[in-house]
Amino acid sequence: MKTRKPKNVFKDGAISSEFIGESIAKHQSKTSIGAHNIFLGQVRADEIDGKIIAAIEYTAYEDMANAKFHEIREATFEKFNLTCMHIYHSLGMVKTGEICLFVFVSSPRRKEVFKALEYVVEEIKANVPVFGKELFEDASHQWKVNT
Amino acid sequence: MQLNIKYYGLLAEATNCNEEVIEFSKSSVSELLDLLSEKHPNLKGKDFQVAQNQEIVSKDSIVNESEIALLPPFAGG
Repeated sequence: MKTRKPKNVFKDGAISSEFIGESIAKHQSKTSIGAHNIFLGQVRADEIDGKIIAAIEYTAYEDMANAKFHEIREATFEKFNLTCMHIYHSLGMVKTGEICLFVFVSSPRRKEVFKALEYVVEEIKANVPVFGKELFEDASHQWKVNT
Repeated sequence: MQLNIKYYGLLAEATNCNEEVIEFSKSSVSELLDLLSEKHPNLKGKDFQVAQNQEIVSKDSIVNESEIALLPPFAGG
């Protein structure tokens, strides 16, 4: 197995479209790549009992979460023929409409990136200890659960 | 042994505590949880998993690491 050092996946606050754009631009020098695939998780303004979600405040068991992200990366490189892969997740406050998860996979060929991206996102949702406090417009809150 | 217990998300809210050190003299995770719910009655009935040294463990596992975390349902992404 190739060894890669665990990275810090977390970013403070929302992930900006500028950051995402720059990440794409940085890959122009990697000319063996023929296909990128990107997943962007956006905070949705769900309505619950007549109240609308305004933001999610994310917290995490950070050491375990970064270790799990690393395991997911290693497993994904084992399963799929990828050139590179990047994962960023927000911590702290992210307003509705803003991006809280950015997953970016690249490969010489398109079929690999379609399968790999779904695998990565589902693994993150199921196995990474990240917690979300859904804040309503009236300042009350509830706790998010992935379904 | 001395254990460092970490609480996250709604469990940190329910116990009003992010982290605490406790003295534990029994052996299994379920015995530890009995002790913790005695101390924090609000933990009763809550849905959570337990991580020992950053790995999820079952309730009948033996407590042999000092870092224990109580993790409510995950909500990443």
